[in-house]
Amino acid sequence: MSHDPWVWIAAILSLFIFSFLYKDNPFYKFAEHLLVGVSAGYYLNIYWYNGIYPNIVQHLTKEHNWLYIVPLFLGLLYFAIFIPKFSYFIRWPIAFLLGSASGFAIPAAFQARIMEQAKGTILLSPSSYHSPLAFFNAILIFIGVLTVLSYFFFSKEHKGTLKISSKIGIIFLMIGFGASFGYTVMARVSLLIGRLQFLLGTWLGLIKY
Amino acid sequence: MREFFIKLGKIDRRVIYGIIALGVILPLLKPIGLPENITPPVKHVYDYIDSLPAGSVIILSIDYDATVLPEVHPMVLAVLRHAMVKGVRPIGLGLNPAGTGLGLDAFTKVGKELGKKYGKDFVYLGFKPNVSATILGLGENIRKVFPTDYFGTPIDSIPMLKNVRNYNDIALTISFSGSSLPENWIMYANARYGEKIACGVTAVMAADFYPYLQTGQLVGMIAGLKGAAEYETLVNRLFKKLGLKRPSVIAIRGMDANSLAHVLIMVFIILGNLAFFAAKYKEEK
Repeated sequence: MSHDPWVWIAAILSLFIFSFLYKDNPFYKFAEHLLVGVSAGYYLNIYWYNGIYPNIVQHLTKEHNWLYIVPLFLGLLYFAIFIPKFSYFIRWPIAFLLGSASGFAIPAAFQARIMEQAKGTILLSPSSYHSPLAFFNAILIFIGVLTVLSYFFFSKEHKGTLKISSKIGIIFLMIGFGASFGYTVMARVSLLIGRLQFLLGTWLGLIKY
Repeated sequence: MREFFIKLGKIDRRVIYGIIALGVILPLLKPIGLPENITPPVKHVYDYIDSLPAGSVIILSIDYDATVLPEVHPMVLAVLRHAMVKGVRPIGLGLNPAGTGLGLDAFTKVGKELGKKYGKDFVYLGFKPNVSATILGLGENIRKVFPTDYFGTPIDSIPMLKNVRNYNDIALTISFSGSSLPENWIMYANARYGEKIACGVTAVMAADFYPYLQTGQLVGMIAGLKGAAEYETLVNRLFKKLGLKRPSVIAIRGMDANSLAHVLIMVFIILGNLAFFAAKYKEEK
């Protein structure tokens, strides 16, 4: 059994959280509120020392680079929302952020998510694939992409060929959702395993690694 | 029989929780030792790092937090052990503020375990806000984004980083995350600078990243506790070959429990469906 008081605190808080599985109770509420409070304090600290202090305060107080007043001013305008008379000023930093983020993201997203993905869907000659199975896989992806896209084509009523392809598209979609669900179950079970490994191993010393 | 299934459908959910808890606890206490099958996405990451010459530099981006620790942290430890034992030098950085301490813990632990020297064999730069600006900045000059390391030491006085300027000097970047953050590495570092990217993600996110594997935008992927267990298996084999002491196998030990819990969940899904149809049939009658 651990002699570290922090391990004991973590273990007791874990049990408080698990108690919710029985029913809602004050122990669970206490642990939940503590988590929210500690997280807020932690994030504030991290952002101050890694963001605001080196990127703004240091430039203004140590280097006397007054140009940094501009981003500081823009950032402070976010708080204008709390003053009804000046609340519309919040649009300035939002506009700046949206504009710059779009400029960064749109070309990159287009290249990575559309161009490269479309390129990956194009069928090549069978000899270009390292195995017959890889070629079969490429055909499957080709059919899957086209039929799923046809399912989301709403400009024409789903009749005839479009009906058939959209039905096949639904099968591909369902397989995709099923795979995601299976992975989600695995993820949630893994989190439970992690906590139980901590409780049984680190805390109680019943598991050795 | 029908009445039995209807009764089963009304069972208290806490009984199900109890059975799942038992299904997880028992294999943790008494491991079954199910064999670990290595899947290609994990093998590709391992092979890529294995093929790098000693002295190469890679980035391990700690983009996760404590909420996904059981799945992602073992991956980081296994990759770090593999890289360090091969003489590949990892740079640690983080784009998730809550992951800073976890990354530092992993780097310090493995560095100490393998007797590696900070600044010469590995370095930790810490967290930097603004994901896109940080990734793009690393493509220009690492010094501009991280003038100092996590401990405040200027980058130029760290021997390992003397000849590291941008992605041209970094053989691989692996983003460990519980979110879609590795997509930013693909979008900015791979699409724009041609940097090789791999990812270590939670099982929830895995399905989202398979398309990037197929197009070659990702070198490989370690997904969920299963992926971590596979990487641990590969690293264990390497350690055994090199005559080194076997490192801890936290993910491998978790996989027995994971498999048993999955079998139980499948049984519950089947029973739940039978109960549903039995109740529906009774209602219609």
